[in-house]
Amino acid sequence: MPKSLISIHDFTKEEMLHILDVAREFEQNKVQNFLHDKVIATLFFEPSTRTRLSFETASNRLGARVIGFSDAGNTSVSKGETLKDTIKMVSNYVDLIVMRHPLEGAARYASEVASVPVINAGDGANQHPTQTMLDLYTIRETQGKLTDIRINMVGDLKYGRTVHSLLQAMSHFNPHFTFTAPDELMMPQEYKDFLDAKGIPYSETRDLDGNINDCDILYMTRVQQERFTDPMEYEKVKNTYNLTASMLTGAKKNMKILHPLPRVTEIAQDVDDTPHAYYFKQAENGVYVRMAIIAYLLGYK
Amino acid sequence: METGGKELKVSAIKNGTVLDHVPANKLFEVITILGLKDCPNQVTFGMNLDSKLLGKKAIIKIADRFFEETEINKVALVAPDAKINIIKDFEVVEKKVLKVPEQIVGIVRCANPKCVTNHQPITTKFDTTYENGVLKLHCHYCEKNTSSENLKIIREK
Repeated sequence: MPKSLISIHDFTKEEMLHILDVAREFEQNKVQNFLHDKVIATLFFEPSTRTRLSFETASNRLGARVIGFSDAGNTSVSKGETLKDTIKMVSNYVDLIVMRHPLEGAARYASEVASVPVINAGDGANQHPTQTMLDLYTIRETQGKLTDIRINMVGDLKYGRTVHSLLQAMSHFNPHFTFTAPDELMMPQEYKDFLDAKGIPYSETRDLDGNINDCDILYMTRVQQERFTDPMEYEKVKNTYNLTASMLTGAKKNMKILHPLPRVTEIAQDVDDTPHAYYFKQAENGVYVRMAIIAYLLGYK
Repeated sequence: METGGKELKVSAIKNGTVLDHVPANKLFEVITILGLKDCPNQVTFGMNLDSKLLGKKAIIKIADRFFEETEINKVALVAPDAKINIIKDFEVVEKKVLKVPEQIVGIVRCANPKCVTNHQPITTKFDTTYENGVLKLHCHYCEKNTSSENLKIIREK
């Protein structure tokens, strides 16, 4: 079975650092062409414009050609084809599969039936490892290191898979966490148990205002309506946090604000003009990191 | 084990396997797990028998059948305290204590409704762990835990 990237646990610490180094190489030299004879499939069983464009840009910058679909609605899936058959067929056409699917575990299953590497571009609320890798890249880029970073995670810490994966990936680097969330969206116990077992310090709060000045990274998240089963619960919490420029006056100079995007109301527009805003550069970094992951899984780097 | 001298509610077998101290309400789940529905051997069982230990218990006797360790250990998912007796010539020649297998393939449904295994024809796969003494099944696919209290046995193949 070829090496795939399905969950952030699939990479060792050394592999993560290697990917980050390769990504930096690609950021410095964006024009690469060594995959000119390769075809990459982007199979988006659930729409995600940002992630798909990022992967397709990464593939194109490496010289590969891209096939795929952006919505399962007009494919054979709507005729009742099983995931297995779709993946078997596509893996006979291409050299690598990038896949997003609304069901959790779909990417792991695809990697077991595919004859080529699979990159998970999100499987429901489960994993989105390339997001985690680009978060690590951005943290290292802004702080010059990954060790001993104070990260304040804000917003939906219950359903937000990006914060869960980032927490697990950062656990290799002696971090300090603050979890800022309304009661309904607190960090689940299993992740706190995970940190306790590793001896990683964290604190929990509802208050955003009082927890901005001591962190290096302010990791904002959107409260995702699509993850809620109860619309009343969503209404109660959707506008809990609203970061504005005036709240950042006491922040550390090196402090950067990250956000997996898209944002809604949690970061005000006036924050964009402060030196702390870094979320658009973070999204750009996604292209270099995805280039590095594709190159690595195809055995080029 | 029903001791000698007392009247046996489920008649003795000459050779085979006896599962005793099965909680009464788990009988049919054990039958499903061991696939006894399709077993050609003589199978006798009793349900709601009096038990000092469990109040009401069930017992299953399968004649001329000896299970692999990996097969019988699956019973531990629903009846961890069941006692397994191997019978030869009407005598108990071996007692086995069940141990939950480290990996469970099939049998159990993933409790996560959004798990791919609940929507596609995929055999489930779990790693077993204990969290504060409670058995958890960690899904190989969706990476969520199914705890023993909401464990559901897959009825048909």
